[in-house]
Amino acid sequence: MKKYFSFFRMRLIAGLQYRTAALAGLSTQLVWGCMEILLYRAFWRECPERFPMGQEALSSYIWLQQALLTVFALWYWEQDLITSVRDGTIAYELTRPVNLYGMWMARTMAMRLSRAALRCWPILLISVLIPSPYGLRIRIGLPAFLLFLISLGLMLAVVCGFVLAVYALSFHLVDTNGFRVLSVAAADLLGGGVVPLPFLPEPLRTIASVSPFGSMQNVPLRIFGGDLAGIDAIRAVELQAVWAVTLIGLGILLTRSGIRKAEIAGG
Amino acid sequence: MIEMKGVSKTYRVRRRDAGLGNAVRSFFSPEYTRVEALQDMSFSIPDGQIVGYIGPNGAGKSTTIKILCGILRPDCGTCTVGGLTPWEDRKRHVARLGVVFGQRSQLWWDVPVVDSFSLLKDIYRVENDLYQKNLVRLTELLDLGDLMKTPPRMLSLGQKMRCEIAAALLHSPDVLFLDEPTIGLDAVSKLKVREFILEENRNRGLTVLLTTHDMLDVEALCYRVLLIGKGKLLLDGDTAMVRSMAGENLSTEESVAALYQRFGI
Repeated sequence: MKKYFSFFRMRLIAGLQYRTAALAGLSTQLVWGCMEILLYRAFWRECPERFPMGQEALSSYIWLQQALLTVFALWYWEQDLITSVRDGTIAYELTRPVNLYGMWMARTMAMRLSRAALRCWPILLISVLIPSPYGLRIRIGLPAFLLFLISLGLMLAVVCGFVLAVYALSFHLVDTNGFRVLSVAAADLLGGGVVPLPFLPEPLRTIASVSPFGSMQNVPLRIFGGDLAGIDAIRAVELQAVWAVTLIGLGILLTRSGIRKAEIAGG
Repeated sequence: MIEMKGVSKTYRVRRRDAGLGNAVRSFFSPEYTRVEALQDMSFSIPDGQIVGYIGPNGAGKSTTIKILCGILRPDCGTCTVGGLTPWEDRKRHVARLGVVFGQRSQLWWDVPVVDSFSLLKDIYRVENDLYQKNLVRLTELLDLGDLMKTPPRMLSLGQKMRCEIAAALLHSPDVLFLDEPTIGLDAVSKLKVREFILEENRNRGLTVLLTTHDMLDVEALCYRVLLIGKGKLLLDGDTAMVRSMAGENLSTEESVAALYQRFGI
C-alpha cells in the first residue's frame, strides 16, 4: 500500500512545481463561475417558474463544479501514460515489482486530487463570501453531507475507472485519440458539464443519468445543493457504485489482456 | 545464474510495398511476414560475470533482454534467472533485478531526481538504512551531487544516464541488465560509468549483461562476449578470442566488423 501512497506524494510534489499554471487555472475558474451565474440569472429573471433547479442549488452546483473541476475533468489525460504504451517506455514499468493497473490508478487519482487540493480552497472561500443566491450556500444536513462525501469518492472512482479503461485500450488500438475526443464531448453533455442534468429535455435526461457520465460530477454536486435528495439520491449513489465496479473491472481486464498481448507481440 | 535453453521468438510483422494501391490492398487483406528474432538461443551466465552481448542492429539483443526481464514471453524454450522463470514470476523476479534501457527514462522528468529515487525506494521496499547507504555510495561513485536536486528535464544526456544507472541500483539488485548504457555519453561520463560498473561487480559480485555497440565498453568491462546475429548465437568467448578469430593486428572494433562480415550478418 505504501508504494501506491508514494505515487500520491510524488504527484503532489510534481503539482506544486507549477505555480503559474495553478494561478491561471484558479482565475479562469473564478471568472468562468461568475459568467455562468450571470447567464443563469438572466434566464431566471425571464421565467423563474420554469426553472428546474432552485437558484441557490444551481449557484452551489456551479461553484462546487469550478472548485472540483480538476478532479472530474475528463479532458485532462495523462499523456505520459498513453505515450508510454505507444513507444514502449511501458517496458520500464513492467520491470517493477508492482501491479500496473494499481500503479496507474494511484497515479491518476493522485494527479486529480493533488491538482484540486491546490486550487479548490480559494474558490470555495471566495464563493462562500458571495451573497445569496449567487454564492455557495451550505444548507446541507449531516446525513446528506455524509452521502455527499461517499458520492464524491465514488465519482473519483468512476472517473479514474473510465480514464484507466481508455489508457488500457491503447494497448489494443494504435491511437485512442478519436475515442478520447468523443468521450470528452459525451461527458460534457451527459455528465452535467455544459448544463446541469435537470436542464436537459427528456429522454436525454434519463439517458444521461444512467450513463457512466451521469455518475460523475452530476451526483455529488446535486446532493450538495439539495437538488438531489432522499431516495433518489441514494439510488444515484448506488448506480455510481455499479459504474465504478464495472469500469474498474473492465480496465483491469483490458490491462491484463494488453500486457499479455505485448508479451507475445513485442513492444 | 542466468540460463537460457532453446529459446525462440518470432514476431509477426505487417508489410507492404509503397503506394496507395498497395495500402488499399493491405487494408483488406494484410500480409504478415514472420521475423525470427531469436532461434534456439542457449547460453548460461554464472553469478558475478560481466558479459557483453553484441551483434549488429536487429540481431535480437533487445528481444533477449526483454525475455530475461519478463516483459516478453518466448514461443518455446526455457529460461531462468536465479531459479525463477521471468515471465511466470514477474513480480518476484524483477524485485532483484536492475534494468537500464539506454533509450528510455525511468525518472519523472519534472521533479528533482532525488524524489524519483525515494519513489523507487518505496516501490522496491528498500530499508531506510540500506537506501541511505546506497544513496551515499552511488552519489559519490557516479558524482551525482547537485544533479540530485535537479529535475531530469534540465539535465544533459550524460548526467541523466548517470542518474538512471543509480536509479537501477538503489535496491541492491543481484543482476543488472544494461541496454546501451553509454549511448551519447561524453568521454568523462563513459569512463565514470564503466569504472562504476566494474566497482559494483568487484565489491558485490553483481552479474551484468550489457548490450552495446561501443566495443571499447566491451573491452573495458567484459570477461566474456556473446556475439549474436539473426537470432543465433555465433560466438561465445573472451575479447582475446574475438580478436584472434578475426585475424592479427586489428582493434576490437575492426575485429567485430570482420566477424560480422564473416558470419554474413
